[in-house]
Amino acid sequence: MTAPSIMAAPVSPAEAPAEPRRQTVRRRLALLALAAVVLVLAYQFAFVGDADAGYVMGLRLRQLGALVVVGAATGFATVLFQTIANSRILTPGVMGFDALFVFVQTIFVAVFGSAIVVDVDVRTRFLIDLVVMSAFGTVLFRWIFRRSSRDLFVLVLIGIVLGSLFTSLSLLSSRLLSPDDFLTLQDLTFASFNTVDRHLLVLTAVITVAAISAGIPLLRRLDVVALGRDSAVTLGVDYHRVVTATLLVVTVLVAVSTALVGPLTFVGLIVANLARRVLPTYRHSVLVTGAALWGIAFTVGGQFLVARVLDFSTTLTVCVNLVGGVYYVWLLLREATS
Amino acid sequence: MIRVEQIAKRYGDVTVLDDLDLAIPNGRLTAIIGANGAGKSTLLSIMSRLLPADSGRVFVDDLDLSRTRSALVATRLAVLRQDTTMTARLTVRELVSFGRFPHSRGHLTPDDHRIVSDALGFFELEELEHRYLDQLSGGQRQRAFVAMVLAQDAPYVLLDEPLNNLDMRHAARMMRHLRALVDERGKTVVLVIHDINFAAAHADHIVALKQGVVVAAGPPAHVMTETRLQDIYDFPIAVHTIDGVPYAIYYR
Amino acid sequence: MSVGGGRQPIADRVVDPIGARSRGPATDRDDDRCDPEAARRRTARRRLVVAAVVLAVGSFLSLFVGVISVAPWSILDQDSDAYRALVISRIPRLLALLLAGSSLAVAGVIMQQVMRNRFVSPSTAGTTESAVLGIVLATLWFGGSSLTVRMLFAIATALVGTFVFVHLLRRVRLADIIVVPLLGLMFGAVITAVTVFIAYRYDLLQLIEIWTTGSFSRVLQGRYEPLYLVLLGAVVAYVFADRFTVVGMGERFATNLGVNHARILNLGIGIAAVNTAIVVVVVGAVPFLGLIVPNVVALWAGDNLRRTLPITALAGAAFVLACDVVGRVIRHPYEIPVGTVAGVIGGVVFIVLILRARTDRIG
Repeated sequence: MTAPSIMAAPVSPAEAPAEPRRQTVRRRLALLALAAVVLVLAYQFAFVGDADAGYVMGLRLRQLGALVVVGAATGFATVLFQTIANSRILTPGVMGFDALFVFVQTIFVAVFGSAIVVDVDVRTRFLIDLVVMSAFGTVLFRWIFRRSSRDLFVLVLIGIVLGSLFTSLSLLSSRLLSPDDFLTLQDLTFASFNTVDRHLLVLTAVITVAAISAGIPLLRRLDVVALGRDSAVTLGVDYHRVVTATLLVVTVLVAVSTALVGPLTFVGLIVANLARRVLPTYRHSVLVTGAALWGIAFTVGGQFLVARVLDFSTTLTVCVNLVGGVYYVWLLLREATS
Repeated sequence: MIRVEQIAKRYGDVTVLDDLDLAIPNGRLTAIIGANGAGKSTLLSIMSRLLPADSGRVFVDDLDLSRTRSALVATRLAVLRQDTTMTARLTVRELVSFGRFPHSRGHLTPDDHRIVSDALGFFELEELEHRYLDQLSGGQRQRAFVAMVLAQDAPYVLLDEPLNNLDMRHAARMMRHLRALVDERGKTVVLVIHDINFAAAHADHIVALKQGVVVAAGPPAHVMTETRLQDIYDFPIAVHTIDGVPYAIYYR
Repeated sequence: MSVGGGRQPIADRVVDPIGARSRGPATDRDDDRCDPEAARRRTARRRLVVAAVVLAVGSFLSLFVGVISVAPWSILDQDSDAYRALVISRIPRLLALLLAGSSLAVAGVIMQQVMRNRFVSPSTAGTTESAVLGIVLATLWFGGSSLTVRMLFAIATALVGTFVFVHLLRRVRLADIIVVPLLGLMFGAVITAVTVFIAYRYDLLQLIEIWTTGSFSRVLQGRYEPLYLVLLGAVVAYVFADRFTVVGMGERFATNLGVNHARILNLGIGIAAVNTAIVVVVVGAVPFLGLIVPNVVALWAGDNLRRTLPITALAGAAFVLACDVVGRVIRHPYEIPVGTVAGVIGGVVFIVLILRARTDRIG
């Protein structure tokens, strides 16, 4: 499509030269969606071989379900988080959520004993995990933001240290458990999308959709928040409330995906930055869609790679953390040098 | 009318604003002057509800700022602070369009577009409307931000040191624009400014702060006298009237 | 810019290293009023002696904590289990604890001094993680359990990793001291990602778990002696303490005083990296020790390295000893690794330190 010429039929001056950029954004978004769909289809249908097709399809569908949910949730959450934290180098994923998850599980088993835990339905347990993690995460972020809202690095640093702290606490607590309890704990904390329980997957999908729906009304106000706290307040946005609501949504999304498949620490970071790079707009409605699509492409594509190309010599999380880690250091250096 | 009643602000044991009372006249350009640390920026921040006061109240047209919803205040009062750093990558037009947020909540109507175009025109930014902010010079950027404030279409406009980082030409031009806001659009403009000669040349009303209280208030002719200025700034300042405007000369 | 922002600047205290000493032995309390510097040094020396005594007593007592009951009188009989436990396990363990704790703390304080940042340490500069990578590589290529091979590899990788980090930092204009530990932790995480990647491929994941959680339960007579090598680094560090302090004042200052900035910086980092690698190979990683102990010591004793080095070493040893005893006592007869206990305490203290650093800035 050619750019509208000056002599063309009257177009409101607001729309004219902005058109090419809007076109670009729309086109790229469409391409992203296409790529995501292709990857999903490839994952589902490629390389079936002589195995029992029904079984394989079912298995892959469940895996895809987990991957898509996690990828979308992570992308969405990270974009939101980066806006309120006012930084491209932060991601909720690095703040020790996975360590928190393990710790919560450990405390659970330690306090209630493995017998009670096993009796409780996996979905109820999942929900309890989720509530505890979300509450804790929100309180933590809120507390740190309040103390040093201009010090993003402090937030990340504390997050990382907390992650390490939680890991040590978990190890400590797990050593205090009886051997039975310890085994139960091992089962509980072994999160992998390979072995996702079907009911759990549905529950996760529902929660993710709910959280994203709760986040959508915030998007326009987040456009304003991106201008900075003062500008946002001046323009009549209830800054405090928007930040708290966003943090809650982010925490739930990260908690859900961590509980489902374990720590995908850097995925959110990569896809959020890729979305901003590829889609030159300030509109969060576009950015979160882009990030979610990138997220799906990454998780599905990444797992496809791990399974078909690398032949399971590594896992998705290991691979992604490696790539993401290097990217993260690069980003950090760039931000620190400016 | 903006009424400031008994506003106090303390940081630790340092009192920045000391039970300050002030009334800002409508439809005029008011300049707030004073030495560094006198409390000018703090006062403006409190007047624009960006900072909470420790005690006292601010009324904008009988609306108590501390009790009124921010969104409503945003339709009465527009503020520009010194710190304009942000991460979003915006074009001039997009930035100015944000000024309509209190009214349209993000969904721009044709009316909004018209107002935005008008604001761009007022500050002579039409040719730059699709450039990104980081591609502009300091002066152009500053005009863009003030245009956003204009697009917000609020009767009260507060600005904190709008001339910072502007060279002489652009500073003079900005002051003329601000003057036009009052004369042509009937706005009430309040500026915090450290260059008192610009205040003398363009303001209708000058308020002088010293150690957290108002020590002088009135038209330039009233405030810009040698005794008063010495009182405000604690060092001798000569005043020479040129073309009817009292200018402070303190360069030697 | 001194390492401990908010405390007395280093220049004030270090400027006269020869002069004060040449004034002759300070004797009476009368002299205190005329010579506060000598008084201060006497107090410091007194404190050091007290600390050393406390540590000695604590160490002695710790020998009797453990699974096999060892009573003070039974050690006289050379054939008893108790005696064997003491000689083969307890005493080596104690010595290993003291050596490891003190050397990690010293490594931390040296790094903080020369890098002019109080949050730098072997745990926040990729040193520990690089050492673990070395161990994995050694196991991969040379298999088996040769301590020497592992140590050589660990030393090599620790040196490379740390120097890469240090020189990465030189290119970064630091706006904020907090950026450095953040970068260091991320750098460490990236190295760990590489290590995990390799380990996963060759099924060596358990190795990583073992070496990243420092534990002294493996220490037995005949298996820990290489740890003594850290003493070499400690001696060099003490000899060069003043020069490290000068480097800590900045490149220009150092050059002005005739100190070769680059060489001393590299020496300091090198000692820290080597000592850390040795400890990791013999015992495993003890997280945050090199970070929190020097910081806490500095709160009381200031930044003069020559003065604080011995105290830091003692404090490091005491900390590890305490963690070890706690780990052995909490769930007697099971043992919780020192690394875990230190991780918990260290993590909490680190967070407190970070928050204090922030509030010092604000307001």
